[in-house]
Amino acid sequence: MPELLEKNLELSVRPTDPALEPIAEKVEAGERLAFEDGVALFRSPDLLAIGAMADLANRRVNGHRVLFAANQHINPTNVCILNKVCIFCSFAVKPMDERAYTMSLEEVFAEAEAAGETGIREFHVVGGLHPKLKLQYYLDMFAGLKERHPGVHIKALTSVEIGHLARMEGIETLDVLKAMKKSGVDTLPGGGAEVFSPAVRATIADRKMAAEEWVRVHREAHSIGIPSNCTLLYGHVETIEDRVGHLDVLRELQDQSGGFLTYIPLAYHPENNELGRQMGWNGRRTTGFDDLKNLAVGRLYLDNLDHIKTHWIMVTPKVSQLALNFGADDMEGTVVLEKITHDAGAQTPIGLPLDEIVRLIKDAGRRPVERDSLYNELREF
Amino acid sequence: MGVLEVGQALGFPRAEVKGYLEAYLGMPLLELGAEADRQRARRHPEGNVSYIVDRNINYTNVCVTDCTFCAFYRRPKHHESYTLTYEQIGEKIDEAKELGAVQILMQGGHNPYLPLDWYVGLLRHIKENHPIHVHAFSASEIEIIAKVSKLSVEDTLRELKDAGLDSMPGAGAEILVDSVRGRIAKKKTDTAAWIAIHEAAHRLGMRTTATMMYGTGESMEDRLEHVLQLKALQQRTGGFTAFIPWSMQAQGTEMEGTPPATGVEYLRMVAMARIVLDNVDNLQVSYVTQGPKMAQVALRFGCNDFGSLMIEENVVSATGTDFIMPEPEMRRIIEDAGFTPKQRYQDYILVEDEPERARSYGVALV
Repeated sequence: MPELLEKNLELSVRPTDPALEPIAEKVEAGERLAFEDGVALFRSPDLLAIGAMADLANRRVNGHRVLFAANQHINPTNVCILNKVCIFCSFAVKPMDERAYTMSLEEVFAEAEAAGETGIREFHVVGGLHPKLKLQYYLDMFAGLKERHPGVHIKALTSVEIGHLARMEGIETLDVLKAMKKSGVDTLPGGGAEVFSPAVRATIADRKMAAEEWVRVHREAHSIGIPSNCTLLYGHVETIEDRVGHLDVLRELQDQSGGFLTYIPLAYHPENNELGRQMGWNGRRTTGFDDLKNLAVGRLYLDNLDHIKTHWIMVTPKVSQLALNFGADDMEGTVVLEKITHDAGAQTPIGLPLDEIVRLIKDAGRRPVERDSLYNELREF
Repeated sequence: MGVLEVGQALGFPRAEVKGYLEAYLGMPLLELGAEADRQRARRHPEGNVSYIVDRNINYTNVCVTDCTFCAFYRRPKHHESYTLTYEQIGEKIDEAKELGAVQILMQGGHNPYLPLDWYVGLLRHIKENHPIHVHAFSASEIEIIAKVSKLSVEDTLRELKDAGLDSMPGAGAEILVDSVRGRIAKKKTDTAAWIAIHEAAHRLGMRTTATMMYGTGESMEDRLEHVLQLKALQQRTGGFTAFIPWSMQAQGTEMEGTPPATGVEYLRMVAMARIVLDNVDNLQVSYVTQGPKMAQVALRFGCNDFGSLMIEENVVSATGTDFIMPEPEMRRIIEDAGFTPKQRYQDYILVEDEPERARSYGVALV
């Protein structure tokens, strides 16, 4: 656990919204927030006070340090049997779609090879639920990546993909996880959580892995020593209560297992997906307030997670930099080539050079530190 | 001369300037923002965020000033150069009015082939055939019109005002520090001339806005010096309606490769401006350069105005930055930040308080 890095920590901005005063007192005292507190924070327009509270909570754990990883996304396939189910997704296609692609292992290794030379320390491997790709394909991929890049961590497969592989193979998810671990997977990404609320799932991801199952797979992973990330997909049809309820589930599992490394709120993008079309949301983005509040409330509510990560691909590098003053201590890494959010209309860069990430962190008055996938410090800039 | 000396020459005690500088450089971001937010709330307690519906009409892209940060201009005789006719401009105004515009913002290159008579004729043509508020011609355009026509700045402004010019935009200010101007806009109006032209306009009874383009490699002290120049002029005339800072967009210009100013820099800039410029009522966000997310956040760092809902924009978009947004989206963003969106005129009177003015332009109000 990071030691207490700063003494005499005080709240730098007092709330102007009276509804936030009792919450500010709890935060100062280090008390756990209740469901209603989470709701009040999301409802309040007092952005700076919310930011100051989250910043206080963050600095208690992380001081002025901001972590980032030099990572590369690998999306082996965009073919997904849920392409009609998850109506918020722009990446998934049917097998015969003209945009459909599935990488051979050689192609995966070649993509990894190109990035391996640039100081990459983590592969982030996620993709669609392909109807034919078996567990062995992935195990061979992980083992092959580990063999070729022994120093590079592998963060791979969302719990939804793991559930799909277990079903195809007729085995338990725990067995899939054990096999993944044996082949070299170090951590799990946090995707696929979307919003746990049954009403939201019925609306945007009917028949996708249920919330309980998502939680179970993460619990199993934690139990065999695979830490994982957690996420929330916000900015579509969910209510504020849905968001806080989601955070509640994550906080409870973390109390039990302690296996979550970082929490990453993900901003919904409306282009090229069914939900965006139906709602007429083309060109619409989550607002800056909402992006910052999701990070800040995540920091305040998830008092048992050390790290909150801002994802510049989703919220723009400018907002991500600002987020370092709103409770985030973890910045999405260099990412060599991002596909999923860009298919949904993101106009952010597809990758940021390491020195640009360092510049943004320093300019925010923080200390840039490159980390590995397990949040160990590697080098300071 | 540093900012302390320039400040002193402008009439600001060194201790005051030092205080501003320390706050700008040293105050933690959220505290600086909270102070600016208090100033904003005191000045605009009703919780409105205003915006204007207008159209940018760039009557010519011919320019001989060769600013290193500009992607819009073409030199005379270049095959992509253009100058619009009165009729083309009139058509653009009519289209804009149909979409609810209560103003046109007309700016162009520094075209040495356009004499004062062309501008006077244009303004008369607009006022007779396409009546609307004309917010036009920044200081550097005034300077070249005066030069080409061999008139004083005062006489040039008077003729333009008599022909129908209602107010002047604050563009071309860039950074009002001559050592910086010497590097990025050698041939453009210097600081004293920019200030003198705005002062002359104010004395003729015209209101103007003031802008700033930072992120050109200037120092933080230079930025404060710029703001102090505006504050000093405002003390003399009270003619500025608003201040609008934005960061340089370098793509496609000679300055390409300059690291872009960050989001934190933008928020510190607007917050500093809100605190220092206590005699200018309005502070505008620049969503065109910062994007809608940062523009919204700036509403808690001192800004109270969303600028214009531009029906057409050509200059910033020439650099590849393009954040034009439809009105419902602008209103959604303002409301999401806890404010009430209100349409306004150039003088910051709300359209709902004086609907007859819009109607007199022939604009149908919803």
